[in-house]
Amino acid sequence: MSKNEVNPTISKSTGLPRKRFYRARAHSNPLSDSHFPVSISPSHVDYSLHYPQLFPSAGQADSSKRIQFADVGCGFGGLLISLSTLFPETLMIGMELRDKVTEYVKERISSLRVANPGQYQNVSVVRTNSMKYIPNYFGKGQLSKMFFLFPDPHFKEKNHRRRVISPFLLDEYAYVLEVGGIIYTITDVEELGDWMKSCLENHPMFEALTKKELEADPVVKLLSSATEEGQKVARNGGQTFQAVFRRIVPSDQTS
Amino acid sequence: MDSETKKDIEVAPALIAVHPDQCSVAVAVGHHLRVFDLLAGSAVSLTDDSDASPFHTDNIRAIRFGAKGKLFVSAGDDKTVKVWSTQSWRCLTSVSSEKRVSAVAISDDGTYVCFADKFGLVWIVDLDPPLRDKKPAPLLSHYCSIITSLEFSPHGRFILSADRDFKIRVTCFPKNPLNGAHQIQSFCLGHTEFVSCLAFVQAQECPQGLLLSGSGDATVRLWNVDSGALLDTCEVATKAGLLESDDKAEEHEHAVTDLCTVLDGLLVAVAIQRQDYHYSILSFLTGRILFGFLTSLFDNAVVVSIAGEAFVPTCLASPSAGKLWMVTGVSTLPGCNFPALARVKVISGIDDEQEPVVMGDNGIPGGEKLLETLQGTASVDDNAFLAAAEAVKTAMGQLLIKKQYPSENRESRKKCRNDRKLKG
Repeated sequence: MSKNEVNPTISKSTGLPRKRFYRARAHSNPLSDSHFPVSISPSHVDYSLHYPQLFPSAGQADSSKRIQFADVGCGFGGLLISLSTLFPETLMIGMELRDKVTEYVKERISSLRVANPGQYQNVSVVRTNSMKYIPNYFGKGQLSKMFFLFPDPHFKEKNHRRRVISPFLLDEYAYVLEVGGIIYTITDVEELGDWMKSCLENHPMFEALTKKELEADPVVKLLSSATEEGQKVARNGGQTFQAVFRRIVPSDQTS
Repeated sequence: MDSETKKDIEVAPALIAVHPDQCSVAVAVGHHLRVFDLLAGSAVSLTDDSDASPFHTDNIRAIRFGAKGKLFVSAGDDKTVKVWSTQSWRCLTSVSSEKRVSAVAISDDGTYVCFADKFGLVWIVDLDPPLRDKKPAPLLSHYCSIITSLEFSPHGRFILSADRDFKIRVTCFPKNPLNGAHQIQSFCLGHTEFVSCLAFVQAQECPQGLLLSGSGDATVRLWNVDSGALLDTCEVATKAGLLESDDKAEEHEHAVTDLCTVLDGLLVAVAIQRQDYHYSILSFLTGRILFGFLTSLFDNAVVVSIAGEAFVPTCLASPSAGKLWMVTGVSTLPGCNFPALARVKVISGIDDEQEPVVMGDNGIPGGEKLLETLQGTASVDDNAFLAAAEAVKTAMGQLLIKKQYPSENRESRKKCRNDRKLKG
């Protein structure tokens, strides 16, 4: 980002992008054909573009460090920013379908990188349709955490196939998650909460975390507090519904 | 979608399938299903107890023999999947789909039939017990993408599905597939256009077999399905001498429409779509697959030209003995009096040494009688087939190729956005 003092989209006091210039529609159609560039395969993802300080040379061959956390539908990126300092050694990426919102997160990250030298180097964002292109970005068992926070509820039964947690999409999430990897979901819509929970419960490759495990996991607390949506729900005194599950080896498989 | 493009999509290419022991040949054009018995040398009349006539009411989009030749399955736009016995040519099972069907596959033991619909869902039907009407169960799903091809791996360990979003998904075929196939083995990613066809080849170093795929990006690629690794890529049009290696101007000009292995994968036949019909359309790639590379294979590309005729194959089929069957044709042609146009050709003499030869109409197994059965008529004007090839190409493009918007256009549309315009 160029440090342009007269840029009105950047707040003068905080140096962060101002949200009102990135106002976007709340929903986006995940079924439509995508016209943005999509990575051909996980090995085509250019890490030097996303994490310039950690991968200085373009077209890096250093495959030792891969992205491990994915925030699917990251919105304005609140969770990513919190996770970035909590797990400074882990590469993480937000995936967002709305172009403007992605631009905002990009600006937000680069402003934070400038304001806090050495920090926020492990976080990035990409504009993509994660319901279609998850396997284009991550290889088998690459991820250790996936986040689905406050996804579109899609109330109509006709539109249930647009929900980001669905029985068939869980197959793909199970593919990119390592065994033991954790999927976090939260919503303020009870109906959707039940749906996500039952999808995960009925899937042979996921099991619920126990209450004890949930309490011990520092990330669980962030689900409702770190995101913009979560803060909005809290402001309005609303209720949230979580479902946190672990990727397991299905019982009828040995490999 | 305006009515014009809709009409374009409604055009279906002619399809061909040959029994693995060369007992019979089937051709599907539009809603017509034509079968010829090569052993008896006569046309086969199919029977369906539900006395539905015709058997399919809309374009047939997929046909294939399966279960070592015991079964035959046909499906298409009428949302019906029909499973036939190849002994009696009686319809054993008829399955209703919610959406139009785009691809079918039969498991080797003949227990399961899988079919894919246009919304990316793959369904499975248990053929045991063989009831007339069966309810399919969902097996897996590609998120809202047209599935172009379905294939079981040689020992039935995996089921592969290819789609228009450039990907091939390799899924473990479970013991009880009626509960869905959840475990994904790999994704084969590397194509840059829709994947049109899949075929397995035997390779010594890989008992699972290696996978070949053809695509709208004018390449044939070789994959290890266990890991999803791309082993080799062949720019088919370049190899076949159809264009200079640096001439990339005409995209989608040489889409691979079908590929077929001959002699257990020693040879691969590739059908390429092209604009200029005056010469070759089919290339033969010969050689052995060594250490997972196609190099020797694609160095000896032989282009087969069909002298004096406009023949752009829409579908290929090859039983084990060194013959390759081809068909061209289209379900309907606007402004043409021949509905359900089809033309069948056979190439013989396919082995390592010889030059492949296109057989004359009289030399074809089954002769005139076969052509009459499968083509509907004995002969049709060449020009109709040129128009047919063009119609098939348009339909395929409308259906499978994504619209491209140059990045300058996309950027200029964002110009007046709040976050952009104030940046200066």
